[in-house]
Amino acid sequence: MRARVAALAPSVLVLMSGIAGCELLTPDAPESNQVLDGPVEGMTPGQVRLHILGDEEFARRFAISDGLGPIFVATSCEQCHVGDGKGHPSFNLQRFGRSTPDGFDPMARFGGAQLQNRAIPGHEAESVPVGATGLSTFTPPAVTGLGYLDEVDDATLVALADPDDRNGDGISGRLQLHEPSEIIRTVLDLEGQSRPDPEAHGTMVEGKYIGRFGKKALTVNLLHQTVGAYHEDMGVTSDLLPEDLFNHRQGGRTSDDVPDPEVGSSTVANVVFYLKTLRVPERRNQDDPAVVAGEQLFETIGCAACHLPTLRTGRSEVSVLSEVEFHPYTDLLLHDMGPELDDGYTEGHALTSEWRTPPLWGIGLQQDFQGGDVFLLHDGRARSLRQAIEFHGGEGAASRAAFRALSNDLQAQLLRFLESL
Amino acid sequence: MNRPGWAAAVAVLMAGASGSHPTQLAAQADTTIAQEGLYNRPFIASLGQTSIGGYVEGNTNYFREEGVSDGFSMELRRFNIFLFSSVSQRVRFLSELEFEHGTEEIALETAQVDFRVGAGLSFRVGVILPPLGYLNQNHDSPQWDFVERPLVSTDIIPSTLSEVGGGVYGRFFRGPFTLSYDAYLTNGLQDGVIDNDVGRTDIASGKSEEAFGEDNNGSPALSGRVGIHHRVWGELGISYYGGSYNAFRLEGEEIDDRRRVSITALDFGGALGPARVRGEVAFASIDVPSGMVEVFGDGQWAGHLDVLLPAWRPRFFEYADAVVLVGVRGEFVDYNTGTFSSTGKRIYDEIRAVVPTVSFRPTPGTVLRLNYRYHWTRDFAGNPTSRLAGFQLGFATYF
Ligand code: HEC
Ligand code: HEC
Repeated sequence: MRARVAALAPSVLVLMSGIAGCELLTPDAPESNQVLDGPVEGMTPGQVRLHILGDEEFARRFAISDGLGPIFVATSCEQCHVGDGKGHPSFNLQRFGRSTPDGFDPMARFGGAQLQNRAIPGHEAESVPVGATGLSTFTPPAVTGLGYLDEVDDATLVALADPDDRNGDGISGRLQLHEPSEIIRTVLDLEGQSRPDPEAHGTMVEGKYIGRFGKKALTVNLLHQTVGAYHEDMGVTSDLLPEDLFNHRQGGRTSDDVPDPEVGSSTVANVVFYLKTLRVPERRNQDDPAVVAGEQLFETIGCAACHLPTLRTGRSEVSVLSEVEFHPYTDLLLHDMGPELDDGYTEGHALTSEWRTPPLWGIGLQQDFQGGDVFLLHDGRARSLRQAIEFHGGEGAASRAAFRALSNDLQAQLLRFLESL
Repeated sequence: MNRPGWAAAVAVLMAGASGSHPTQLAAQADTTIAQEGLYNRPFIASLGQTSIGGYVEGNTNYFREEGVSDGFSMELRRFNIFLFSSVSQRVRFLSELEFEHGTEEIALETAQVDFRVGAGLSFRVGVILPPLGYLNQNHDSPQWDFVERPLVSTDIIPSTLSEVGGGVYGRFFRGPFTLSYDAYLTNGLQDGVIDNDVGRTDIASGKSEEAFGEDNNGSPALSGRVGIHHRVWGELGISYYGGSYNAFRLEGEEIDDRRRVSITALDFGGALGPARVRGEVAFASIDVPSGMVEVFGDGQWAGHLDVLLPAWRPRFFEYADAVVLVGVRGEFVDYNTGTFSSTGKRIYDEIRAVVPTVSFRPTPGTVLRLNYRYHWTRDFAGNPTSRLAGFQLGFATYF
């Protein structure tokens, strides 16, 4: 009997210590200020559930037999927007077009504006057609805090714009404006149905609609961005864009063998809700004296004129996003960045040298999502924060000059501040 | 040996099986020939010339990934039944029906007929297990002291890989050495290798779904293994599997390039002093359509090394052979051996894991095992995306 107990005791012990060790010996969550993903706080359980459903769809890798392609760039949203941060250059998008006397032609008949550089078997990947005069590369941006940006009233942006530089600071932010189209009307309508203040969005300025998301503010809201991404980046059709992409190399509307739409409207809605309720990146070392000093410099040398530290949301159907201040470091307006950043390519009524100010929140963590390196600016050409500043021409040239004029110590403080975002 | 060797082996097995517990088995898994894995099992009930056996495996898991856990889960992972029949002196039949995850997946894993000409030559046809690596033909859970199969044997060699086909095998003896060979033609893998929801080249997704239907391309895969076994030291095997995986013909017309998967594996198992060692490496090379390169890797490789040490032989109840083993597994898999054309750097997409284990075998055919598993994942670009760790407590037994 004793022998039996002696033999059983160790197994029971092992079992018990195993259970006790579960918490101890398994990895803890990383500090929330070291990662970007996660929902905004204060949502109802039902809202958290939608967020998680959207998260799963955002991560979902499409198989060929799920509707991937026939031409595509990546197989999931998450593959490009890694951990909700910026993406790796191998998932850069390329867009092209040509300048004509009548304006910029996105060369739709040649598969433009966006290139799909990958293809499923039996289809040919696209290449940039002869005759394109502009070609721009777009590094996947972070998607954090977008709900806040989405909830800023149009009126706020209209008030921020200063196209004729009436305040004489050398900086003239412009609204991106798009000609009305069926898709823009539809996405604004659909979204308007759920807004408490439908008039606060979808405002017409000079008979056009305000662009908000994308490096040149190509899309008007998160729904527009999402159906566009499924369609152009993954070759996945939805209710709003139900036809597969045109592939000029194959000669015709290319189709895969999957019935369209390849994602349902509820999937799209959940992904939009997910984007809308992604939290704002948390800061690190916020109270470090060098960081505090750097923040001051950011104001005084004029960075904050475009990278606006504080914006305020309007009324939102998601109560945590409603009428709150937040700190994205963008004004969501287009700025002429000079020949330094002119690729000869454009969208909407932007000049080829105009880019929408990108939010700087989360910029201090991007190396953790780009494979240990950083690839900054619209095409990833800047390999450090300092280089990113050095490419600021045009309206940004004055602040670049002011940065160059700072002593090494002060420059370091400014960079420390950026790293803390 | 005058009498056919396998018949003797089966007789021994059946004698063992007719007792209250099998004695012949897993403790000696490392000193029996890999090729015989399929027949080296206890078959219990016997009805004339047919015997029935099987095994069952159940586990409880607790994992936490970056602080997030779904809590405990319990699963009856596998329930397999074999049917063995010695049809005549020279003909034997073996089948294995597997119920995986309860009744979620039910598969006829094996249904093979062997016709023996001599020790050096037998023919085999049916639903067979291509002899790629060691585990595919030796996959019974009770043989293993780790809950999970090594990643090399699930993700590079997509065990359990069973395909319709046929071929030959045999053995030659010299002193303490046995040389075994296997060579088969089977239907081969299918388009899932690149048409999958994993978003990368995934050989396991290429396994034929309509289990034993027709081939998708009319071009069979070739597989083979050569093993050299020493009675004391153990066995070293080299194996190969290769064939076209895509449907490159439609209604007789060529509609696509013919794309191949080839996998080469090296396996070894044996004794190193008191320790038992088992390891395997496998390299896969995959033709990927030019429109999908980089995202879908054209090379993958993986390996594992298990070391087990008998730590204690407790004597209790009537279990004379009871043994407690401690051990550890180290493993690695690289899902994409390519480099980025954009940066010239290597593509990661890899997993490393270490798995310490304690297992208790009251009899050789039954194992109770406690594993701790720590698992590091790096994504495509090399970002350390997740750490996963947890405990698994499981049992597996032949019946
Ligand atoms: C092939 C890579 C790729 C894939 C796949 C992809 N994106 Fe993007 N995403 C980008 C790039 C590049 C941009 C910038 C586009 C632009 O400037 O117009 C972008 C922009 C965005 C933006 C706007 C961010 C901002 O700050 O303005 C959102 C939102 C977004 N993507 C969501 C998604 C969703 C949702 C999916 C999946 C349905 C997805 N993306 C799939 C690369 C990708
Ligand atoms: C005239 C408006 C303007 C001013 C002033 C300005 N920026 Fe920018 N900034 C931009 C725009 C527009 C971009 C995007 C350019 C591109 O993507 O090619 C940008 C990009 C950046 C980026 C890269 C962001 C990313 O995600 O890749 C950093 C960092 C940055 N700015 C920092 C600064 C700092 C520091 C200053 C002050 C020295 C400054 N900016 C002044 C408009 C401005």
